[in-house]
Amino acid sequence: MGGSILGNRVLRKEDPKFLTTGGVYVDDMLDEPLLRGAVHVTYVRSSVAHGLINSIDVSDALSMPGVIAAFTGEDLGLEQIPSPYNPMATRTLLATGKVRYVGEPVAVIVSETREQGEDAAEAVIVDYDVLDALVDLEEAMASTNLIYDACGSNVVFDSMVLGLPDNTGDAYFADCEVVVKGRYINQRVAPCPLEVRGAAAAWGTDGRLVEWLSTQHAQGAVAPIAAANGIDPSQVHVKTPDVGGGFGAKIGAYPEELLLGVIAKRVGKPVRWRETRSESMVGLGHGRAQLQYVTIGGTRQGKVTHYQLWAIQDSGAWVDMGTILAPFMTRPMSSGVYAIPNIECRTTSVVTNTTPTVAYRGAGRPEATAAIERAMDMFAAELGMDAAEVRRMNLIPKFLEPHTTVVGQTYDVGDYETSLDKALEAADYKGWRAKQQAARASGAAVQIGIGISVYVEITGGVGNGESAKVEIQDNGHALVYTGTSPHGQGHATSWAMLTSEQTGIPVEDIELVWGDTDLVPIGTGTMGSRSLQQGGNAVFAVSGELVNKAKAVAARLLEASEADIVLDKDTAAFHVAGTPAVSKTWADLALAEKQAGGLAHSDVIGVAGATFPFGAHVAIVEVDTETGKVRHIAHTACDDAGKVLNPMLLEGQIHGGVAQGAAQALMEEVRYDLDGNPITSNLADYAFISAAELPSVTVVHMETPTPVNLIGAKGIGESGTIGATPALQSAVIDAVAHFGVRHIDMPTTAEKVWAAIQSTR
Amino acid sequence: MIPAPFDYKRATSAAEAISLVGQYGDDAKFLAGGHSLLPLMKLRLAQPAVLVDIARLQDLSYIRDAGDHIAIGALTRHMDVEKSPILAEHAPLLAFAASHVGDPQVRHRGTIGGSIAHADSASDLPATTLALGATYVAQGPNGTREIAATDFYTGFLESALAPDEMLTEIRVPKMNGATWGFQKFNRRAQDWAIVGVAAWKRGTESGVALVNMGSVPILATSVATAIAGGASIADASKLAAAEAEPQSDLNASAEYRVHLSQVLVRRALESSSH
Amino acid sequence: MKVSITVNGTTREDDVEPRTLLVQYVRETLGLTGTNIGCDTSSCGACSLHLNGESVKSCTVLAVQADGGSVTTIEGLAQNGEMHPMQKAFMENHGLQCGYCTPGMVMASIGLLNENPNPTEDEVRLGLEGNLCRCTGYHNIVKSVLACANATK
Repeated sequence: MGGSILGNRVLRKEDPKFLTTGGVYVDDMLDEPLLRGAVHVTYVRSSVAHGLINSIDVSDALSMPGVIAAFTGEDLGLEQIPSPYNPMATRTLLATGKVRYVGEPVAVIVSETREQGEDAAEAVIVDYDVLDALVDLEEAMASTNLIYDACGSNVVFDSMVLGLPDNTGDAYFADCEVVVKGRYINQRVAPCPLEVRGAAAAWGTDGRLVEWLSTQHAQGAVAPIAAANGIDPSQVHVKTPDVGGGFGAKIGAYPEELLLGVIAKRVGKPVRWRETRSESMVGLGHGRAQLQYVTIGGTRQGKVTHYQLWAIQDSGAWVDMGTILAPFMTRPMSSGVYAIPNIECRTTSVVTNTTPTVAYRGAGRPEATAAIERAMDMFAAELGMDAAEVRRMNLIPKFLEPHTTVVGQTYDVGDYETSLDKALEAADYKGWRAKQQAARASGAAVQIGIGISVYVEITGGVGNGESAKVEIQDNGHALVYTGTSPHGQGHATSWAMLTSEQTGIPVEDIELVWGDTDLVPIGTGTMGSRSLQQGGNAVFAVSGELVNKAKAVAARLLEASEADIVLDKDTAAFHVAGTPAVSKTWADLALAEKQAGGLAHSDVIGVAGATFPFGAHVAIVEVDTETGKVRHIAHTACDDAGKVLNPMLLEGQIHGGVAQGAAQALMEEVRYDLDGNPITSNLADYAFISAAELPSVTVVHMETPTPVNLIGAKGIGESGTIGATPALQSAVIDAVAHFGVRHIDMPTTAEKVWAAIQSTR
Repeated sequence: MIPAPFDYKRATSAAEAISLVGQYGDDAKFLAGGHSLLPLMKLRLAQPAVLVDIARLQDLSYIRDAGDHIAIGALTRHMDVEKSPILAEHAPLLAFAASHVGDPQVRHRGTIGGSIAHADSASDLPATTLALGATYVAQGPNGTREIAATDFYTGFLESALAPDEMLTEIRVPKMNGATWGFQKFNRRAQDWAIVGVAAWKRGTESGVALVNMGSVPILATSVATAIAGGASIADASKLAAAEAEPQSDLNASAEYRVHLSQVLVRRALESSSH
Repeated sequence: MKVSITVNGTTREDDVEPRTLLVQYVRETLGLTGTNIGCDTSSCGACSLHLNGESVKSCTVLAVQADGGSVTTIEGLAQNGEMHPMQKAFMENHGLQCGYCTPGMVMASIGLLNENPNPTEDEVRLGLEGNLCRCTGYHNIVKSVLACANATK
């Protein structure tokens, strides 16, 4: 016995339920008393990308079986809501006057069963004056065909409005011996949590609105739900059932969710809503969607001296979170892991007639990393140097005190070269280079590609702390309340480990409470890889404080001085130093404090700032040069997330991140036709990556603790994606580099690879 | 997402099924495994008023050695085609192609007859049976008739079957030791082929058919003719797309499909086993 | 229409609309919500369960087609509180994160081993081609299936 539980491979407490009866997701709440007699909400969605609404006729739908009501935005008296990121852009929660993308909700059906709603939605007739759709970013940027007239332009946010300078063009590189330019597409992808969006709403007899939401941030939904329903936030109670994945796309509450209280009030019944996958592919926010103009310059010896990035962000048809990722996440990370003395980075966000973009795993940092890593490869190729060596020459040297890059971003700690070395060694980089040489010499159809990326990212950039409360129950078990919001990350287990470490209470006797805004009013949710370093940190600190409180109680009961009380973590009992035979358990203390309101402690614990996890990935691919088909055959990831709480969970995050990175690099892309019709709006058309397209991942551990929180942890949720994407793209290009190919945009589909080879002939 | 409402009739014999479909005319569809039809109905791209369930006609699920050919009941599931020892011996190309249809769950339900009757040029088995020179047996109100695979596919999702005719049997000539290859080129394992090739060769005799290279499965007769005339596989393969009319779509341009068909035909014909 | 279906060992008789999908029947009529719906196109496999001993996608089977058949869902795997070896393997190898694909993935994995008790890693990956997971990158799912195959040898 003894020793810390932290750092151990503790199996998940939550698993038996998921494995035997399945989780209880929002659509599974069949026994919820407040939802008894609930009726179903189905949204009618725009079938045109850009158009003026002449009329919406719901009369046929109203006469269909089981239909209780049908509403348009005008019926509900919806008001224009300004975007938080550009208040000149406004919309109603059901489109009125104008539709701006295929899939935008325009009306709502309320029916007894979901099937009846689906049937009736087909019978709603909307008459549009179709306008020209803007799908292409640069066309939208230049167009006088405005998606939001009041904005005066389709450019809805530019880093220059923050007082940042414009890029100065080619003149910036006048002193460089070598200059390489590129135009890279960081394509639009669909987050695709396996559980689509769903929610339910009921008005309680106390007049309050209860809403169940598949979300990453219940507390953040309270204010917009209150606003949409015209009530005070104190009258809103959001509850989070199990959530089947989010990946950033379930951070914000969507119109379909905000309106449920309004609809429930109109029909006088609780309501349920669950979208279909086909709806989700156009209704749930998309990610990435950045066009990048990149120029890199330096010396013939391989030292990069100048770097310029213009990131043009596709906001989609609403000025949502995607709009601000470029200026506030991509730009600060534009220097990557490199010591580049001169950097210019401008970002421009543009609305188009496509699904709005939001945060998606990495949210702005994968784009920054992809740009600089691609540029590094291009620079190395131009010089004829090894991609790993050019990187090594330009890395910021190891630092354990904060380091500020020339774009003004301060990183906490970094040891990039070690991560690169570890990854190269574990991947057998030299061995693969030899195999590659042999394959090239043989002229075989199947060639080998090796891709490297070295990255640094921001985690815990959202929020500056988190709430936590630990409460001891009568039986000595603990309830832990957290402001984070797990949806696969395993907080029930890892937060229990943190509390167990402090209190000695076994992990199995600690339960987690989250996502209920009455029980946990303060919380920033789970996003931006913040949970452990802020939420876990708070649980750890508050658990420690609770032990101090408990010592005072134990001192009273044991008639000793508080300073003499020790907690024996092996038995989870308090005794006076030197006399362990007489002790008080947590249950004893809880009982003693029962009259005084129980034994608990709660606080909001701040952190000293964001953290900057880093690492290196090596991807190996085979490319069939006759067809262009790519096979991802090996992958090595060395991700330094600081202190590791549970290596099993850490590895799981890396594996999942790598798969999503590979998916973007190799396969997945949301596409539209020229009229703005989505052509990847189900999982048959959208190439959601499967097990058959992926290798197992070699994970290399590295721990450089951060000083900014108590536990020394950085985030790990997004690292895998950030590191894997450029490594994979680079590997594919590397496999055909000997033909003279320098660049292939993502996703590197077989046809694109084949076309790239053809273009060299 | 669920289908629009329909009436459901369960047939207890082929004759009853045919008579039921005849009764409801164009509004009725046969339902076998449902793995071609139900996905279209859920997306409401198909809205038949009546489904006549034939899946319980167990006497139409069989694989038999019929001398010069193998007779396969239309309601034989892909998984049974894939695992059949008789086909492994006499028509391994078909068994192998069946193992590439959809995914295991799909192969547990989908049937060879359903796939062929659906007549989707992007499906694996229509082209494979076409390459093998199969004959299909159809039963209608006035008895049965044989339709050569070469005459069966008349247009996009259209076949020579009359609305009240039911596909009952697929007759596949024995391959008699021919070498063969099946090449399925797709994005993900579970996807339909962007281009697929089923091919066999025995001396200068050969059969080559293409998946998803036009509105119907394509028999690449120019390739077979060239090989019969003594051309090398490499040269003959260049004629792969001579009969094809490939479209550009989400997954590939027509030009790329032509290129793929040439590479894949060559590889399929070069295979000594597959 | 009346159907009689044996689900997890208990025979049930219910009236269903012909268009009712087997997954809806299991979830809504029987309240067995372990089986999930993840797509509209038979792509994701979240709805996988066993019909007459084989894995199928219950979003692409009508309840009336299952009439007279025998269905096993995730809820029917554990016996007397003891998890099925595949459930244990998923737990021990961290083969799940958000849990949404898990019931379908477990049912498909059991089906896979029923047909190929000793698969290679590539065979497991290909055998799970019809089951999508967004969280795990499949690494630990594949590991779980291989571990289960080894444990039950």
